[in-house]
Amino acid sequence: MSALLSVTDVHISYGKVEAVRGVSLDVAANEIVTIIGANGAGKTTLLNAIMGVLPVRGRTTFAGVDMAPSDIEDRVATGLSLVPEHRELFGTMNVEDNLELGAFRIAKSTAAVSLERVYTLFPRLKERRKQLAGTLSGGEQQMLAMGRALMGAPKLLMLDEPSLGLAPIIVADIFRIVGELRSAGVSVLLVEQNAQAALQIADRAYVMELGEFVLSGTAKDIAANKGVAASYLGFQHEGESAI
Amino acid sequence: MNTTIMLFLLQDGITNGAIYALLGLALVLVFAVTRVILIPQGEFVTYGALSYAMLATGQVPGTARLAVAMGLVAFALDLFFARKALHARLVMRSVALNIVFPVALLGLVYALVGPHTPVAVNIALALLIVAAIGLFLYRIAFQPIAHTSVLVLLIASVGCHLALQGLGLVFFGAEGLRGPALSSAAVTAGPLRFTGQSLAVYGLTVGFIVALWLFFGYTRTGKALRATAVNRLGARLVGIRTTLSGQIAFLLASVIGAISGILIVPITTLYYDTGFLIGLKGFIAAIIGGLVSYPLTAVAAIVVGIVEAFSSFYASNFKEVIVFTLILPVLVLRSLAAPQVEEEKD
Repeated sequence: MSALLSVTDVHISYGKVEAVRGVSLDVAANEIVTIIGANGAGKTTLLNAIMGVLPVRGRTTFAGVDMAPSDIEDRVATGLSLVPEHRELFGTMNVEDNLELGAFRIAKSTAAVSLERVYTLFPRLKERRKQLAGTLSGGEQQMLAMGRALMGAPKLLMLDEPSLGLAPIIVADIFRIVGELRSAGVSVLLVEQNAQAALQIADRAYVMELGEFVLSGTAKDIAANKGVAASYLGFQHEGESAI
Repeated sequence: MNTTIMLFLLQDGITNGAIYALLGLALVLVFAVTRVILIPQGEFVTYGALSYAMLATGQVPGTARLAVAMGLVAFALDLFFARKALHARLVMRSVALNIVFPVALLGLVYALVGPHTPVAVNIALALLIVAAIGLFLYRIAFQPIAHTSVLVLLIASVGCHLALQGLGLVFFGAEGLRGPALSSAAVTAGPLRFTGQSLAVYGLTVGFIVALWLFFGYTRTGKALRATAVNRLGARLVGIRTTLSGQIAFLLASVIGAISGILIVPITTLYYDTGFLIGLKGFIAAIIGGLVSYPLTAVAAIVVGIVEAFSSFYASNFKEVIVFTLILPVLVLRSLAAPQVEEEKD
């Protein structure tokens, strides 16, 4: 199987504490894969490690190439992009500068095309293009973070909790756009606590608990799984009371 | 005091202030991008000035050889840090930058040096030498510890200052040197006489400020430097190499320092340790600008220059005391305006 991203038996530690233990996953081209799980399960840690922010033990390949020797900047250049949980925008620079820097590793002529595409995807950003990134609302900042990542024309976009702290109407908007990315040829690896929304747009899903994958399968199967429904989708079995 | 004296003092103060402004801007730039408080900035001034002065007398300055030595160390470090993934391209680039460039520069210095070398050539050589030293200084002393706290970087910075100052004594001796003027032209306006030298100071300062403004506001590289300053992780995530940003910042700072030195050395005699005091005045301006604001730093530098000129007229013994005391009310005001000190997270 020719996966775009392939992670095999990966361990990630903070000092002596092992936060992720023996995890394997893959993402194929044009696929949306989601990792769901509770707070502290190690989802963010795993994404950061795939991006190269944290060191890992284990094998990670991207487009068939071993990623071990490359650092964050090299990985960006090969088409891997992360929208981090805290967005990491350039707060004192305006929206357009933020987007322009997203295309730092690609040619200026391609960047102009990317910019138009991002503005079509997020018309709100075009309205605010001269505004400082730090003064945007949470939803707009999330859009900008995604837009900045897309400016580099990535093959795989990794999204870390894009719905965190946002109003439901904006969350719906963001998930709609994530769904649209597939038709633009971008694969997505989505980490979410909002499991319901994530499972609706994903092709496949992994369930993470305490640093390990406890379940994986098609998004449909996972959504239908009773244990998952109880833990992450907020459904109650009969006879149990809501706490 | 009559108006003429006041005008003279103002003119003097603004000329010096313009130099401090250049140095202050370089300090703010380096701090913003790398979080290093650049104490060795003063050594860039001295090295630039005295290398130029020595070249003008037809001698080869020791700084050219220092650049070669530092290049070798930088090359060794490059190899050491890349030992796990040595690509031919990486090695070639490192050889070109760290070995070929300083060696070629040294060769050029030997080939061109002489008592009748044109002033412009000497200036260019002095600038290139100091630029190389600045670049390698970052590679050797700061790049390996770029992720550490501001305090660690500051300690390294003080160490670099002491080392470079000591080497300065070896290269230039304890005697002061003076360089030839850039131009002997002069313009008279009322009671004031503007020499070509002071006009060059004004012109270059304004030119640099405009150039920096254009560079940071309108070029991709300039914006990338700003982005590195605002958010290092964010910058890395879009593929900006923070090490490259640091190198560019040090390169700019060393060139600005050397230019300042070359501008001053025809006006006053410079010793191997004079640069430190000049750099400190730029530092005061940078502190008044909060180490973040370029315009505030430039204005503060002019004020520092004027205060220095007036205090050397009224109480020349206390000149430095008065200038350095300026920093106290500013720090008090700043601490009142921002009472909470944010501890560094990393």
